[in-house]
Amino acid sequence: MQFITVILKEEFKMNNSSSSSVRPFWVIVNKEISDTVRSWRFLIMLGLIVLTCMGSLYTALDDFSQAIKASAPEGTFFFLKLYTHTDGTLPSFIVFISFLGPLLGISMGFDSINSEQNNGTLSRILAQPIYRDFVLNAKFVAALIVLGILFFALSLLVLGFGLLFIGIPPTAEEFLRIVVFTVVSIIYVAFWLNLAILFSVKFRQAATSALAGISIWLFFSIFFGMIVNLIAKGLAPSVFVSENQVVAFQRFIQNIMRINPGQLFNDATTSLLMPTVRSLGPLTTEQMSGAIPSPLPLGQSLMLVWPQTTALIAGTIVFFAIAYTMFMRREVRSR
Amino acid sequence: MAEPIIQLVDITKKYGDFTAVDHLNLTVNRGEIFGLLGPNGAGKSTSILMMLGLTEPTSGEVRVCGINSTTHPIEVKTRVGYLPEDVGFYDDRTGLENLVYTALLNGANRSEATQLATELMSRVGLADQMSKKTGKYSKGMRQRLGLADVLIKNPEVIILDEPTSGIDPKGVQKLLDLIVELRNEHQISVLFSSHNLHQVQQVCDRVGIFVEGKLIAEGNIQSLSQQLFTHGMYLIELGLDEKSLPKNTNPDALWLKQILEPVEGVQKVTRANGLFQIECAGDVSSAVSKRIIERGLGLNFLNRKEYGLDAIYNRYFEGGV
Repeated sequence: MQFITVILKEEFKMNNSSSSSVRPFWVIVNKEISDTVRSWRFLIMLGLIVLTCMGSLYTALDDFSQAIKASAPEGTFFFLKLYTHTDGTLPSFIVFISFLGPLLGISMGFDSINSEQNNGTLSRILAQPIYRDFVLNAKFVAALIVLGILFFALSLLVLGFGLLFIGIPPTAEEFLRIVVFTVVSIIYVAFWLNLAILFSVKFRQAATSALAGISIWLFFSIFFGMIVNLIAKGLAPSVFVSENQVVAFQRFIQNIMRINPGQLFNDATTSLLMPTVRSLGPLTTEQMSGAIPSPLPLGQSLMLVWPQTTALIAGTIVFFAIAYTMFMRREVRSR
Repeated sequence: MAEPIIQLVDITKKYGDFTAVDHLNLTVNRGEIFGLLGPNGAGKSTSILMMLGLTEPTSGEVRVCGINSTTHPIEVKTRVGYLPEDVGFYDDRTGLENLVYTALLNGANRSEATQLATELMSRVGLADQMSKKTGKYSKGMRQRLGLADVLIKNPEVIILDEPTSGIDPKGVQKLLDLIVELRNEHQISVLFSSHNLHQVQQVCDRVGIFVEGKLIAEGNIQSLSQQLFTHGMYLIELGLDEKSLPKNTNPDALWLKQILEPVEGVQKVTRANGLFQIECAGDVSSAVSKRIIERGLGLNFLNRKEYGLDAIYNRYFEGGV
């Protein structure tokens, strides 16, 4: 009995000491959040994203009667149309997020470590009694918190406006789909955020790391599609091959496309916000035969996007791990 | 016996083939101001980083306040304040906010932190700059803020890496005075790295001269001179009136040496440009002049030069021993 009390006491002591050593972590997170929120860069990105969202919401609402006139099964999920529908003048909400999200992530992360190093604050902070990884982790967590709040606010804002203009509340499933969509968007932006943090550890100059991040983003959003098209043209089977070969070829091209994180995000969000999407790959008529033409339940949609989501999370973790090792092993000198 | 607060035992740090610090042994005692003097690139900053556990020594052991810095850096960093060379602050925050942040990182709560920061700001003479953003601070003000930043954790040891570089002489004086005051008030041990000799000479109790990763001499100014100069730490220049010389004598160095035989401490006599140069271990100028007068010689020039750290420093940086 006495033994147990001793152990408990020890445990208690350990808890105490760990909580006091974790506190500086939240001090840094706090500071990083207030830095981000105050920074012009973030305000500009915020303005840009809010404006485009309002624009896409406007086009969606303007043309909404067109959208809900469609056939019965889709009509039940018309609330989700707010996020995906467009009359063609402006891209839809999800397209904007997939386009501007990376830029937001890069803008939040590209100078997180190197600016501290160049200002001479890093060596001063590391001389305080904190673990070195606190600095890196806190920056990531702070950015993630800001992103989380921003994206939930945006999604709910679109939801709220939709509610005002349409006058019909979303169903529980629609709401859940919107929440999952928001989470996936946050993961997608976190992926780019971590890439940017990695560059900020790697490159001493903030300009270099920003350019590196932006060029990767441009490569994937503009050039990657072209390259895949070239490959597809080169490898395209003749008209006379068997159906299996055509399907295999389609799969192959689609898998190459999926190297692009934007493609993963698009796959994930379309199947989340368009419940009628049954598969992200080619479907044969045999597979379709006997299927009831109804939208998928949320659970099935989630299963459909699970690989995409895990791939994005894995990418995020890999970049973070690389940045982490590089940062932990680096000798930090003043300036 | 003085209690050691920083102990470096046989420290070596290599970057690839380059040896930055080479089998360094160094002890700093509690309550003293130790000056680490050396040219740029001598390995001073590297040694300091190892003391804080910010980089690992290739071999050897570092103990600060009795704690191994390499394995327990956090414990060391709660006790040691470090002012890096060319310290940086968050430019878009005020001086006070910067200090409060450091205090919070050291585990203070917000009200404690604010109170402590306010006190320290006025202590270092920045009371009226508290709500000014650090981006607008002058270099001297930044260094003083840096000192406050170091003190906010109530350290046992403070390590200042080139704290005076780039400040005007008046600012340097203020900073140095502040360091001495702080030591006297709180019995803080100070390790002061610099390549500026006069500043080190002014405030340090003991000095270590550090060249190419090696500590080549250590001690107070006097013992340093004794260690480094096997002959002469004073130089007396002497001029004799030609007319007073006895006839048939050749006034060369050997002759004068014989005359000065009874004076204790004279080590070497040379003659250059019509003047005699006498190297001696102590200040024997009065005894020398007395001896000259006693012999009936006319003394028309006497100049005493003390070899300070200057000479020692130059001597080492020129590379000759």
